[in-house]
Amino acid sequence: MTPELLSALTAARAAKKPVVLATKLPGGEQMLLPHPAAGAELAAAASRALDRDESGTVTLGNETWFLHAYNPPLRLIVVGAVHIAQALVPMAAQLGLAVVVVDPRRAFATEERFPNVTVSQDWPDEAMDALVPDVRTAVVTLTHDPKLDDPALDRALKSPAFYIGALGSRRTHARRVARLKELGHTDAAIARIKGPVGLDISAVTAPEIAVAILAEFVAARRNGTLAPKVAGKQAA
Amino acid sequence: MSDHSTPTFTSDDILATAAAWRAEGEQVALATVTETWGSSPRPAGSQLAVTKSGRMAGSVSGGCIEGAVAEVAMKTIETGTPQLLDFGITDERAWEVGLACGGKLKVFVEKLS
Repeated sequence: MTPELLSALTAARAAKKPVVLATKLPGGEQMLLPHPAAGAELAAAASRALDRDESGTVTLGNETWFLHAYNPPLRLIVVGAVHIAQALVPMAAQLGLAVVVVDPRRAFATEERFPNVTVSQDWPDEAMDALVPDVRTAVVTLTHDPKLDDPALDRALKSPAFYIGALGSRRTHARRVARLKELGHTDAAIARIKGPVGLDISAVTAPEIAVAILAEFVAARRNGTLAPKVAGKQAA
Repeated sequence: MSDHSTPTFTSDDILATAAAWRAEGEQVALATVTETWGSSPRPAGSQLAVTKSGRMAGSVSGGCIEGAVAEVAMKTIETGTPQLLDFGITDERAWEVGLACGGKLKVFVEKLS
């Protein structure tokens, strides 16, 4: 790889621009896509690789190309700079997620509690409007406080976010569902919310609950099949 | 190890690691899985970075072929010529390392010039 190509690729990734590094096999001629000089077939194959978030080899006419898809990291918006968030955020970073913590309560959302993480002290609805959750965004609410969780969930349900989770017991969640219905959300829409959030692994401590949440997140991301949750005990 | 001051890339980001090594003045080769068949443990796009000084990051298999890939990487650092390697094929000329899992894969090895 030439230094020019490596720095273009590094710059695109730093700018969170989706790009494909195309390598012609076996010779190794390379091109960073999208590129105005790319053929239509190659451009279309690169765009498919990004959509599927999957790298692979394609044969186009008598040429073989390896298409390495570099999508920006998946985003995780955590509402509530609470104790569980302090366990969740570093684990999410290990999974390669770009994490944003939202909490207007200044005592919670401090740099000291969340080093090296983007922290927003806006109200959740304003923060969500600014962040514009897309199909590569997950939203998890952790405050238990309807004043903070509900506006975030309302915005999340109006977005194409691929994973939405809300911490709270079954009873808390039932009340939350009723409130979201009053805001005009249908049962089908509300069913997108994983509540109580996380796989039922009888998690107790904050790091255990973080594992349960991230395991469910991975299953959602990879279309993993899970046995249905059974009624019973649930953390938090 | 995970206490990097720049949290943009995780420790699993081999390209970033390779680029950082290159920026330090190391001679670096990058190996990338381009295609897999059967039960290969790592998907296409998985990477292994190797320096002439002996540093290694990432993986292209479950550990079965990293040694062989690293050897080719050293050669690629010397010659600058990229290589496309086949593993797990039943060919006399094939690399003498097999994949215990029975999978097959191709690995592209290039120098960061």
